[in-house]
Amino acid sequence: MSVLKFFSRRSSAPAARERLQLLLAHERAVFGRTDLVAQLKDEILAVIARHISIHPDNVRIKTDTRDTLATLEVDIEIRTPNGGLKLAG
Amino acid sequence: MAEVLVVTSGKGGVGKTTSTAALGAALAQTGQNVVVIDFDVGLRNLDLVMGAERRVVYDLINVVQGDANLNQALIRDKRVDTLSLLPASQTRDKDALTAEGVERVINDLKGRFDWIICDSPAGIERGAYFAMRHADLAVIVTNPEVSSVRDSDRIIGLLDSKTEKAERGEQMEKLLLLTRYDPVRAERGDMLKVDDVLEILSIPLLGIIPESPEVLKASNLGSPVTLANPISAPARAYLDAARRLRGETIPMTVPSERKSFLGGLFGRRAA
Repeated sequence: MSVLKFFSRRSSAPAARERLQLLLAHERAVFGRTDLVAQLKDEILAVIARHISIHPDNVRIKTDTRDTLATLEVDIEIRTPNGGLKLAG
Repeated sequence: MAEVLVVTSGKGGVGKTTSTAALGAALAQTGQNVVVIDFDVGLRNLDLVMGAERRVVYDLINVVQGDANLNQALIRDKRVDTLSLLPASQTRDKDALTAEGVERVINDLKGRFDWIICDSPAGIERGAYFAMRHADLAVIVTNPEVSSVRDSDRIIGLLDSKTEKAERGEQMEKLLLLTRYDPVRAERGDMLKVDDVLEILSIPLLGIIPESPEVLKASNLGSPVTLANPISAPARAYLDAARRLRGETIPMTVPSERKSFLGGLFGRRAA
């Protein structure tokens, strides 16, 4: 550790606090409602099915947490008469 | 009416057994009738921390399975006669616990004691589940450290969903006991502060137990720290926490050791 680095050493507790807050926000959503993903899938499906014909097997939903970002990924395949069109959002 | 209290944490090694012994003894020192139960079947240690390891004849599993009655299994503390211990089995595993058996034991104890304190094993498996199952309130033992806080958060979620009280639609009372706290390191920014942990877990604070060599000394001697050295900093913190459990309003402080002038000069370097 250089002398400069030693004197400019930043405290570690704020990092611990931030990491925990992000992580737990995600884990509470997952563990607090273990059926969250299934429920989201049903509801999203219901909304889309009102407008477009889709098959439940062609819908994939997943949640993920990366460094500072929690994501909800919805992947829906829509069949059209002349082949396939894939819509991801 | 007896209060059933679970001491739990999720993570191991944060001070559940130490805190069970200290809080149990502290409550008993105020004249309350207290029983502490070790739910860590197969890895029992509450008997050792309380200095009763050579007096264990029958245990929780024997009572759950009907092979012994409570009078045979309960060990009365030799220092405080209102304090009793129901030890775990060392030879059996957690599968020997049954829902009906545990419920019957807890109900029997309710008729005899003011406080039933269940020392939960680490983890979120069967033993931890039975320890929290019948609780009226929970003491969550947490170190100011990321993995301990995360596991405590998980345990809070289980207390709110897997307990009898939660299943009846009632709110489980959950209190934070922050252990191994070092105010100097927290002030320097190298340890989570009390307020950080409280904000993250958002449950009320029962007490702050300072990091102290007295805790290890007490367990070496097989004595709850509130009995081994009642004027030590951790003992005073546990005694205050016990009074808060009884409904008293005690200002929240982090007790520190009262050092003599010379002890202060020479003791600090050695610590």
